[in-house]
Amino acid sequence: MSILVTPQTRVLVQGITGSFGARHTQLSLAYGTQIVAGVTPGKGGQRFEDKIPIFDTVAQAMHETGATASAIFVPPAFAADAILEGVDASLDLVVCITEGIPVNDMVKVKRAMEGKGTRLIGPNCPGIVTPGAGKDSHGGCRIGIAPGYIHKPGHIGVVSRSGTLTYEAVWQLTCRGVGQSTCVGIGGDPVNGTSHLDVIKLFNADPDTQGIIMIGEIGGSAEEEAAAWIKRNCRKPVAGFIAGATAPPGRRMGHAGAIVSGGKGTAAAKIAAFKEAGIGVAPTPSEMAETLLKMMPR
Amino acid sequence: MNIHEYHARQLLGQYGVALPPGDVCDTPEGARGIAAKLLAEGADLIAVKSQIQAGGRGKGTFKSGYQGGVKLCKTAEDVAEKAKAMLGNVLVTKQTGPEGRLVSKLLVVAAPNIQKELYLAVLLDRASSRPVVMASTEGGMDIEEVAARTPEKILKETVDPAVGLMPYQARKVAAALGLKGELIGLTAKLLLGVYKTWWECDATLVEINPLCVIRTREGKESMLAVDAKLSLDDNSLFRHPKLQAMRDLAEEAPLEIEASKFNLNYIKLDGSIACLVNGAGLAMATMDIIQHFGGRPANFLDVGGGASQEQVAAAFKIILQDPNVKGILVNIFGGIMDCDVIATGIVAAVKETGLKLPLVVRLEGNNVDAGNKTLADSGLALIRGGSMADAAQKVVNAVAGR
Repeated sequence: MSILVTPQTRVLVQGITGSFGARHTQLSLAYGTQIVAGVTPGKGGQRFEDKIPIFDTVAQAMHETGATASAIFVPPAFAADAILEGVDASLDLVVCITEGIPVNDMVKVKRAMEGKGTRLIGPNCPGIVTPGAGKDSHGGCRIGIAPGYIHKPGHIGVVSRSGTLTYEAVWQLTCRGVGQSTCVGIGGDPVNGTSHLDVIKLFNADPDTQGIIMIGEIGGSAEEEAAAWIKRNCRKPVAGFIAGATAPPGRRMGHAGAIVSGGKGTAAAKIAAFKEAGIGVAPTPSEMAETLLKMMPR
Repeated sequence: MNIHEYHARQLLGQYGVALPPGDVCDTPEGARGIAAKLLAEGADLIAVKSQIQAGGRGKGTFKSGYQGGVKLCKTAEDVAEKAKAMLGNVLVTKQTGPEGRLVSKLLVVAAPNIQKELYLAVLLDRASSRPVVMASTEGGMDIEEVAARTPEKILKETVDPAVGLMPYQARKVAAALGLKGELIGLTAKLLLGVYKTWWECDATLVEINPLCVIRTREGKESMLAVDAKLSLDDNSLFRHPKLQAMRDLAEEAPLEIEASKFNLNYIKLDGSIACLVNGAGLAMATMDIIQHFGGRPANFLDVGGGASQEQVAAAFKIILQDPNVKGILVNIFGGIMDCDVIATGIVAAVKETGLKLPLVVRLEGNNVDAGNKTLADSGLALIRGGSMADAAQKVVNAVAGR
């Protein structure tokens, strides 16, 4: 099993005809993911690479193909609209890859999604991978931009705000022969759809996930909230790393959400919260897998 | 993006926020003219304020030795004299670093008769993903200190973004600040204007510190936003051409401006080991691991997920302009990006720049074997790193001469 998506999940791509969306749709298809539809307003009736039908609206694409999840690759100015179109169509899952969405657009999106059944992952994230059973994890569900081949099916859940740091953790696991149940990039923006805590709860409830790597970074207090919950409720070993101990206060470190402001959101506070909750803290980013594996029951 | 106080005043004024009268200038004569007008209108004290985007101006020192970046004057002559001492000089405050900032503009305003100083801000509450109004009776002070020492003196009012800040909420904040009578309505109007500025300009922060209870010449109490700080959401600037024009490149580090031209995310730090990394999280983690092994990072540099050969070359040139740099660590996890493209870019950049400093390269991921071969075949004296830890230790040792 896995969380959020399985190799059978039927996925549509919003913004499939843009260069970024097209490139990663090809890679997902090559990985064996069930990409069943594309959505580009005005291009309904055409086909992506002579195969995947393109629709004008998300609702049409869902109705015709049975897609339940979406990957969004549209430019930042149109991303809030694309997310809410997916929500309105009652998709189970919307994964927004787009980087650079205005913060207030996300404030509005988050408010409009209250009480709705759709889960949003991202924005500004690498997406989700549930590895498949084939060679180099082929046949899995890859929604987003992560490299598929670094994965291996198994029992460790990975959740992170950063893309390349997720790949680093996944690769450390795979190189040690340890596979993953699902890997989730929740994104580097200050307002996102799904938090560390949301994903940790899913991993805790997933019988197939036996251990968790949680990667955080400076800014906000999402890692502290997750740590407090883990201390009280999590039955599985959790190890983690917090990036940004050397970042100067008041500066945004690449991610819109990675900023220490008003003395809040420091790496030191997050690491202290991890330790307090019994989460294994990797002393360097090179030892994320090692730190978790030492905590796993033999 | 931060903007100057005089720009913040322009925006706040458009949304009906009460401000002390005044104007901006860039010559002592201009300052004299504004002051003469304010004095003629009945002001009895004039504030001359250096326009730099850093706090602590009042207690700052100019490199010329002149003390104080904010001055109070009684005559237009005095204003012109103070303006002459400040304009064209570099002001160093606790927030500017030793290099300071050049003062090229002054704000000249009527200094009100202040009865009480309060604090007011609108910002994003990340935990609830909603706007929040923060207010405190402890105005004119460092709000971070207030929050740390007496958190009970900071009150918060969360805003539902579907309806915006409601007038009753603004009155609630005013009452909680201990204000009475007419000041309740005046403060509510001011706060609604501050919120509207925040929302419509896509600001990340609007801070009024101090928000003042003042006594007018008629002897009545009123409210004024005496100092204003405004930061904008970079992601929203595409829809605010007028706000984009408020960017002041003189306030930004030259290397950071240069990097932004190549879509590189570069932040200069003061260590000696430069790093070039793909991805913001990995770039932060690379800085951290350099420090873990006893080195100090010279910069944050994220070349992005799909860096080209040209970007790698530009990144090298930018790194090498920092005279503190004694060694370079390249850490690439090529997920989708081809490691061989990066390797080719590194080889070209090293040859072009005639690099003499120790260079440690750690490549991992897509097409890594071809990338490694390109590096090996180049004949360059670079050091190969295996894991992140191995690479970081090697660059720290190389810089230490070990």
